[in-house]
Amino acid sequence: MSEPLYTLKCGKAGCFYPEYERKADLKDQTHYCPGCGHGITHKLMAEAIDELGIQDRVILVSPVGCSVFLYYYFDVGNVQVAHGRASAVATALKRARPEAIVISYQGDGDLAAIGSAEILHSANRGENITVLFVNNGIYGMTGGQMAPTTPVGAKTTTTPRGRNVWNDGYPLHISEVLSSLEGPSFIERVALGNPKQILQAKKAIRKALEAQIKGLGFSLVEVLSPCPTIWKMDPVEAQRYVREEMTRIYPLGAKRDRLAEAAPRPLPEAPPPLEEIPRLLKIDTRPSPPSARHLEGLEDRIKIAGFGGQGVLLLGQLIAEAGMDDGLEVSWLPSYGPEMRSGTSNCHVRLASKPVDSPLVTRPNILLAMNEPSLRKFLPDVADGGLVLYNGQHVPEDCHRPGVRVLAMPFAEMADSIGSAKAGNIVMLGALMALHPVLPDEKIDGALKRLVKTERWLELDRAAFACGKNAALELESCHA
Amino acid sequence: MMTVEAPPKVDKGRVAINREICKGCGLCVEACALHVLALSHEINRFGYHPAVYQGHGCNGCALCFYACPEPAALEVYKLEA
Repeated sequence: MSEPLYTLKCGKAGCFYPEYERKADLKDQTHYCPGCGHGITHKLMAEAIDELGIQDRVILVSPVGCSVFLYYYFDVGNVQVAHGRASAVATALKRARPEAIVISYQGDGDLAAIGSAEILHSANRGENITVLFVNNGIYGMTGGQMAPTTPVGAKTTTTPRGRNVWNDGYPLHISEVLSSLEGPSFIERVALGNPKQILQAKKAIRKALEAQIKGLGFSLVEVLSPCPTIWKMDPVEAQRYVREEMTRIYPLGAKRDRLAEAAPRPLPEAPPPLEEIPRLLKIDTRPSPPSARHLEGLEDRIKIAGFGGQGVLLLGQLIAEAGMDDGLEVSWLPSYGPEMRSGTSNCHVRLASKPVDSPLVTRPNILLAMNEPSLRKFLPDVADGGLVLYNGQHVPEDCHRPGVRVLAMPFAEMADSIGSAKAGNIVMLGALMALHPVLPDEKIDGALKRLVKTERWLELDRAAFACGKNAALELESCHA
Repeated sequence: MMTVEAPPKVDKGRVAINREICKGCGLCVEACALHVLALSHEINRFGYHPAVYQGHGCNGCALCFYACPEPAALEVYKLEA
């Protein structure tokens, strides 16, 4: 009689690497503790991937936590991300590659604590990703601190007298919270408390992946999982704790299942081809021409200050961009309050023939003060030999400084007379270019064309520039 | 009168455990309703008592496989029909 024939029914899933990229004697073994739920969850996920035939399409996002080394084990696309950001990265991966099956694998420290914002908004947007949320109610990797999911009364290193709801709040029911949102198509809580629960977990994971394959939107499986080492239990006792205690706190079952009725989400709009992007962003990709003029040794440190709404930041941006177009090294650093109007506002601009070391301007050689408080605040900082333009009829008595040229002109009123006081900043720019001609007019005009959006304002600004320049030249000739 | 010899009883399944990969957590032993698995008295190179199959009695239900956290530690084979 021939030997009975046995064939393999269950073994290592095909989407695991045959050998793991670990130290030589560990290449067949995971890094998890004996009895850890991650290994089981990995196996269930691997079987689902094999059964659905999606190995070539899967991108797996590894979190921070014990499962940080997912990419050692799964022969799929792998990205390891910053703590808590797995579902945000998964969002980007899925949008960039809609044909991929993106799985965000996260623990309860990663997902429910530091990543609570990311998961909430990914779910609310209904991103077509699948999240495996492994909940063991503790921070395992870092040695057993309380997690948002820790049971009430549980002793951890940070709750040595037991979790106290008045001090530490209540266990966070992620599946229920997310099920209150419209975005998710499938959410189920499962457990690894015995083989029956484990087989149910497998079904749920497969269903969640099917939801993504069908394009139905966000799916999540919360897996109640043992952590024998940190719980200080043997694996069998930890499994019992999952089955009897954790499932009491966290009821099992589907919290959301729209697999039957949900319609596929529309695919994200295809991104423009890479070569289109400069045009869309209106970026000139031609190399900037070297400066035609001799500006060796130029090192302007310009401080522009005034009220918000006076065009302080735009003025700085114009100077910096015109300088850039002229082949200079430039920087522009805005600094402003939260108000869009009437708060204080200033910016730092550097124009130099050599690379700029820091965008900060602490000792300006040029100060453009759009109002008196700004003049008073920054005049003491101006370097000797510096130039100050002040938006006013005359320089206040006590604002003269030996060694610094302080010049007052009513820039806003001049602008008002040609159309709008708002163009006072450009009148000031014209005056600066008359007194300190470091940038050619056509470069200023090029920057204006780029930064000023409407034709009407562009015309007004051109007039304002000419007005400021002429007025300052006149002033100079009177002095001469 | 002709007599027909009864076929020898053949197990429907078999378990193969890699003793060097097994971490001796005991969850397969716990999962097996037929009690055909046990933890060995010997220790493996990592110092764990690996699970061992007693050699007969397996029905191939594979519950031990799903209870086992190590992807490559335990395999279940089924008798060809």
